[in-house]
Amino acid sequence: MISDWGVMQLSQAEFDAILISLKIAGVAVGWILVPGIALAWLMARREFRGKALLDGVLHLPLVLPPVVVGYLLLVGLGTQGVLGSWMHQHLGIRLPFTWQGAAVAGGVMAFPLLVRAVRLSLEAVDPELEAAAATLGAGRLRVLFTVTLPLALPGLLTGTVLAFARALSEFGATITFASNIPGETRTLPLALYSLIQTPGGEAAAARLCVLAIIIAMVSLVTSEWLARRARLRLQGRDGGETHGGTANAG
Amino acid sequence: MAEQPMPDKQRLTIDIMQHQGRFQLAAQLSLPMRGVTALFGSSGCGKTSLLRLVAGLDRLQKGRIALGQTVLADTEQGRCLPPHRRRLGVVFQEPRLFPHYRVAGNLRYGMPKHMARRFGAIVELLGIRQLLGRYPATLSGGEARRVAIGRALLSDPALLLMDEPLSGLDAARKTELLRYIRRLSVEVGVPIVFVSHAPEEIVDVADALVLMDAGKVLASGSLDEMLLRFDLSEPLAGFDGASRLVGQVHRHDDNDRLTEIVLADGQLLRVPAFDAPQGQSIRLRIPARDIALATQPAVSGVLNGLSYRNQLNAVIEEATLLSDSDASVELRLRLGDQALRARVTRQAWRELGLTVGQSVTALVRCVAFSAQHAFAAQYSQAPIE
Repeated sequence: MISDWGVMQLSQAEFDAILISLKIAGVAVGWILVPGIALAWLMARREFRGKALLDGVLHLPLVLPPVVVGYLLLVGLGTQGVLGSWMHQHLGIRLPFTWQGAAVAGGVMAFPLLVRAVRLSLEAVDPELEAAAATLGAGRLRVLFTVTLPLALPGLLTGTVLAFARALSEFGATITFASNIPGETRTLPLALYSLIQTPGGEAAAARLCVLAIIIAMVSLVTSEWLARRARLRLQGRDGGETHGGTANAG
Repeated sequence: MAEQPMPDKQRLTIDIMQHQGRFQLAAQLSLPMRGVTALFGSSGCGKTSLLRLVAGLDRLQKGRIALGQTVLADTEQGRCLPPHRRRLGVVFQEPRLFPHYRVAGNLRYGMPKHMARRFGAIVELLGIRQLLGRYPATLSGGEARRVAIGRALLSDPALLLMDEPLSGLDAARKTELLRYIRRLSVEVGVPIVFVSHAPEEIVDVADALVLMDAGKVLASGSLDEMLLRFDLSEPLAGFDGASRLVGQVHRHDDNDRLTEIVLADGQLLRVPAFDAPQGQSIRLRIPARDIALATQPAVSGVLNGLSYRNQLNAVIEEATLLSDSDASVELRLRLGDQALRARVTRQAWRELGLTVGQSVTALVRCVAFSAQHAFAAQYSQAPIE
C-alpha cells in the first residue's frame, strides 16, 4: 500500500540531481554577479567604441541554440581547446565533464539575462543623484556603493533570480559541454530527460517536474517580495510592515 | 554699501569660454567669497551652465576657475579637480535627496567628522529637527529643499552654490526659505552664489549681483550700486527701479502697529510692525514708484497735510531721462552715505523746478514696506559654533 506522501518520496538519485542543480546554479550566479554588474554599469553609464558590437556579443547566448554555446565552450575550454589546454597544463583545471564545467555553461547562458536586468535598473537611477553625491565629497566607489547600487537594488534582485533560474534550467549547453554524469553533472533537467528516456520512469519524472515548478515559483516569489520591499523603502515606507498593522486596525 | 577690494585669495575667479551646441558661454568674473552673490538673467542666459562648470559637473573646454588659491580647473595646465574634491556645496533646482536614506542619513552623507558638533545648530537653524527620521518621499517641497540646503552645508563647503533653490515653491515658502538663506550667510558665514531669475528674491538676499545675458556677463558688482546705475535700467527692468536702505530697528510702536527704523544718517523710517529685536540691522527694499518728492524741507521731520509717514531729507544727486519717449525722469537721491532711486514725471520735474544738487523731501509710502521685505542685513548674535 502506498500512501499519498509516498508518491513524493525522492530517490537518492533524484535528491542528488536537485542538490547538484542548486549547487551549479548558485556557483554560476555567484561567479557572474560582479562581472555582470560591472558590464551592466559600463553599458548604462559609458559611451565607447564598439559598444554596439559588445552588446551584440553579450546577447548571443540568448539567441544561439544552447547546443552551439556548449559546442563553442568545448572548442574553447575543452582539454584540447585553445584556453582549456593551457588551463589544464598550467592550472590543472579540467572543465569538461565536471560540475564546474556545468556551472560555466549555466553562467554563460545566464549572463545576458543578468546584464540586461541590471543595466535597465542602473539606467533608471538618476545620474543627477550621483552628481549630488559627488558634490558632497563622495568619490566614484562611494557613489557606486551608497547611491547607484542601492537604488538599483530591485533590478539587481530581479536580475539575480532570473540568472539563477536560467542556470537551473540549463540543458543544451550543459549536456554538450559537461555531459550527463550521475552525481556529477546530472542536474534536474538532465535527470528529468534521462527518466523520460527510461521505461518506468514516469512517476519519478513527474516528481522532478513538480519540484522544478516549486523551486522556480519560490525563487520568483522571493525575488518579487524582496524587490517590493526595496521599492517601498525607496518610496519612503518601511517595507510593507505598516500595511499589516493598518489592515489589522481596520 | 560699497564693496571693499579683497585680496585674490578670498575670491572666486572665473575666466572661461564654453560651447554647448550653438550656445556660447564666455565669462570673466571675480566674485567675493563673502555674503550672497546672485547670478541673474533670463532663462537660457548661461547662469546654470556657469554654476555647473564651477561645481565640476560639466567639463570645462577652455579657461580657468579658481577658488582663492585652489585651482578648480585650468585647461592650459590640463588640470581639472573632480567634483568630490572641490569642497563646494551645491543645492540644485530639484532637492535631489537620496530616497533610500532618511533625512538624518541625507544630512550626514557628506559630513566630515569635525562638522558633527555643528549638526544640531544647522538642523535647528533650518527648522528640520522633526524631520530627521523621515524618508525624503514624505517631505513637502519646502521641507525637502531645507534638507538639501542642510546637507550641502554640513559637507563644510568653502562656497555654497544654489541653482534656483526656490523654483516651484509658493510665495510664503519662498519668503521663509529666503530668510534661511540670508541667515546662513550671516550666521554660518558661508559665502553663497545664488542663481535666480526672480528680482524680488535677489533684492531680498543678495549683496552682490552678476548680470548675465546670452552667455555673457553684462555687469557685476555690489547689488546696491548696480541698482542705482541708470545704464542698467533696461536689463534690470524687473527690479522696478528698487533700491535698498539699511537701518537698525529703533522702536516698536504697538499702538499704531509700526516699527521705527533709524537710518545711518539718523533719519527715521516707519514701517508696518514686524518681529525683530531692537538694534538689529535691517535691509529694506523700496521700489522707485513708492517715492514722491516735495520741494519744501520737512521741518522737524513732518510736512503738514500729507499722509506720507516717511519724510526723508535728501539731495538730488543725479537725474536722467532713460529714453526720449519716457514720461518720467529717473532720479538718484542721496541720504547721508546711502542712496535711493526715485522716479517723477517730466511734467513734475519741470513745474517744481527741480535741479540736480537741490535739497528735497523724499516721501516714502509707509505701506510700501512689509515685514517680509525686511531682511536681516547683519545679526548681532555670535556666529554659530
